[in-house]
Amino acid sequence: MTDTTTQSETRSVVLEREFPHPAEKLWRALTQPHLIADWLMQNDFKPAVGHRFNLRAEPRAGWNGIIDCEVRVVEPNKTLAYTWESGEGALAIRSVVTFSLTPKGTGTLLRMEQTGFRPDQKQNYTGAQYGWQHFLGRLEQVLAATA
Amino acid sequence: MPTTHDVLFRTLADPTRRALFERLCREGEKTVGALTVRAGISQPAVSKHLGILKRAGLVRDRHEGRETHYRAQIGALAPLLDWTGRMAGFWEKRFDALEDLLKRMDQ
Repeated sequence: MTDTTTQSETRSVVLEREFPHPAEKLWRALTQPHLIADWLMQNDFKPAVGHRFNLRAEPRAGWNGIIDCEVRVVEPNKTLAYTWESGEGALAIRSVVTFSLTPKGTGTLLRMEQTGFRPDQKQNYTGAQYGWQHFLGRLEQVLAATA
Repeated sequence: MPTTHDVLFRTLADPTRRALFERLCREGEKTVGALTVRAGISQPAVSKHLGILKRAGLVRDRHEGRETHYRAQIGALAPLLDWTGRMAGFWEKRFDALEDLLKRMDQ
């Protein structure tokens, strides 16, 4: 992780993990709403390109807990991608999440890549509207969780 | 060795320090004296908190005559505001939950 404050570049989070389960089974966990709710969040997902849905977490100080999504790619047992947008101000995330499944022996390699693009709000910290309240709310949550 | 995150969290966990830092963000550069007026604590106490903020890289000082001026270094918050750092930990936990779910789906 870098300490860059430049906001123009695209940044990604990548996580890969091998699961001792076939791709078909992982696909179900990624695309069936009651299963998505079990490991990720409450949702109204449908595996249809263009479908708009929400992922819902517990609201917390400075964040309403809602992630706005739109399905971008559905290739059964292979690739699933949707947009992932939430938050405001300094804590805003405008990104696309892509899950890729690759068979590995009897199991499956799951790769998750979350790619962010330039936030539509400029991160202007000098004015009163720079999301300080968001930051503090979030910080207090983090501190409470790590205490 | 404590990480940058640890230092920032610990430094900003104190409400008095947070208030001082927030004021410097909002109102720009201030002297220790000016900060003390509304801080509700003594000037040595304010100086001590500013020293801790300075070590965390959150403020920078400038000497002018007998006065020391402090200003906020917003860039020091970048590691906390960087969403990639926040999301990496989030996805690790969610993958753990997914692993649990997949095991239960067998039964």
